[in-house]
Amino acid sequence: MKKTIFWGSIIAVILIIFPFVYYSKFMINYLTQILIMALFAVSLNLLVGYTGMISFGHAAYFGIGAYSVGILLQKYSSNLLGSLFLAVVFSAIAALVIGFFCIRLGRIYFAMLSLAFAQIIYTIVVKWTGMTGGDQGLIGGIPKPPISLLGLSFSIGTPLNFYIFTVILVIASFVICKFIVDSPFGAILKTIRDNFLRTYFIGIPVKIYQLVIFVIAGTFAGLSGALMALFISGAYPDFTYWTKSAEPIFMILVGGMGSLLGPILGAAILNLLTAYITMYTHLYELVMGTVLVIFILSLKKGLADYLLESERFKRWSSSLAKKKPSRIGLATE
Amino acid sequence: MELMKLVDCFSSLSCLTTQITSALIMAMVLFLLASGLSLIFGVLGVLNFAHGALYMLGAYFTYTLLTLLGNFGVTVILASIGVGVFGVVFERIFIKRIYSSPLLYQLLLCYAFILILDDLVKIVWGYEFKSIGLPAAFRRPPVKLFGSFVPSYYLFIIIVGIVVAIALWLFLSRTKYGKIIRATAHSSEMVSALGINVSLIYAGVFAIGSFLAGLGGVLAGPVRSIYPGMGASIIIESFIVVVVGGLGSISGAFIGAILIGLMRSFGIIGFPLIEESFVFILMAIVLIIRPRGLFGKEEA
Repeated sequence: MKKTIFWGSIIAVILIIFPFVYYSKFMINYLTQILIMALFAVSLNLLVGYTGMISFGHAAYFGIGAYSVGILLQKYSSNLLGSLFLAVVFSAIAALVIGFFCIRLGRIYFAMLSLAFAQIIYTIVVKWTGMTGGDQGLIGGIPKPPISLLGLSFSIGTPLNFYIFTVILVIASFVICKFIVDSPFGAILKTIRDNFLRTYFIGIPVKIYQLVIFVIAGTFAGLSGALMALFISGAYPDFTYWTKSAEPIFMILVGGMGSLLGPILGAAILNLLTAYITMYTHLYELVMGTVLVIFILSLKKGLADYLLESERFKRWSSSLAKKKPSRIGLATE
Repeated sequence: MELMKLVDCFSSLSCLTTQITSALIMAMVLFLLASGLSLIFGVLGVLNFAHGALYMLGAYFTYTLLTLLGNFGVTVILASIGVGVFGVVFERIFIKRIYSSPLLYQLLLCYAFILILDDLVKIVWGYEFKSIGLPAAFRRPPVKLFGSFVPSYYLFIIIVGIVVAIALWLFLSRTKYGKIIRATAHSSEMVSALGINVSLIYAGVFAIGSFLAGLGGVLAGPVRSIYPGMGASIIIESFIVVVVGGLGSISGAFIGAILIGLMRSFGIIGFPLIEESFVFILMAIVLIIRPRGLFGKEEA
């Protein structure tokens, strides 16, 4: 646990120092976007990769987070952290209500029902014009009042400051996610993924575990949505559409679902691909599709899983393990 | 008040007829897609997300063939068979390799093909919306039915849909090949142990499914606008039909399609604001009350 916090803070510090060494506005915005999308993908992977629940409507929580923070700051509040917190709470509540119904179903039906709820949210967003701006989305920009904490004031108005703000929140979320998947609770999630029935038979309330992780995943998706709304200073109906739900799924599939690193890698790869393809050709979909097909047929698993499960990596990690024997022998086997 | 309009419509025979016919043509196109989707899922275990792209191809083939040949009857047959052939090639080259992969990878491959086909269609046919006028044979005064006027082409779609439904049902329940297909859906290992080439059955089922999707596109071509990406917007509705009816059930797909069609065409009168989410609400209700769908046999 201390190790996770240690590595988390090291990565955060490196990411924060980076723009002071090499500054480019393009790079900063790009990294911010990757971090936000990576958080979205990691939150979904808590369901898909760790618990074996394929949610096809994850955009609902992303969208609720985005719209909540936007509407709160535009109309009701000038407290940024408070609005962000409330937006995340709204996403969590939505995940609790929707999850309550969804977890009752088996795999494919779970996917379809989560999609159905997300589409209902989408319709609400499009039709509730007075509150959400309807088709147009929340336009006119979202004000970003400075954050005052412990007597210090910090503005996230500039790209650099927003980047630092994002790094801190996203890396902290990753550390929390790492805790969750490494905890006894996380171990039970993996058991549910591997064998639902046996987990049930040894007396574990499977449905409650599924609901809890569904709410946690929705909460982090809400945070990433809220950050995205602040980043682009607006929220659009697309945020809750099913194509938005598909994005993190592809990131997970490309990056690998067996680790936390996978979705992060996937988010970086897909964002890079998008940036480069659109730079050179307008046939974005054709190139992207071809890359995906080659990828699926050749690797047959995510990149991180492929690397982590390769023989060379296993030899390397087992040689490390020999030097420093683990206290819990079973867990490493 | 919109709800009053709905009440008015229920008390008027001509309004009822108009709404029910429009519900039925929507239902028939959805049924053609959903039955193929359901069949492919039931037998191959693949959720063919690219099914909408096949529907789109059907519509574009119709557009080209109709301008070349001018004969609608020949076009219907050629275009649907063309999509069927395309489906088999797609299955043999790509889908075949991922039968043993996890469900999500199958979805990803299909999604990749939606992207590729959408762009290919843009290269071949261009970005603009295309429209096919009504075929010459149907350019006649609408048929008068219960005080309302129904275009003859609408009746044609409904009749074709019902004929296909009955033919498909007879094929699956009465013929030898239908029995083999149902047996493969039940246990492909057992079927292959009996000396039947399961791989060939898979290709055949995919061909039938693609043919049905193509036929859906062909029939919808003259009454809807044709554009790249038209497949993506119908695939979600077809999935809903399959889920409401029960995965793998053809009769479920038929009933599901009619239910969805009725909800849409009456929903737009009574609740124009939330009409789009109606079908999702229907699906949510069905799944909560009866998780395996109306006609589904077992939980997937």
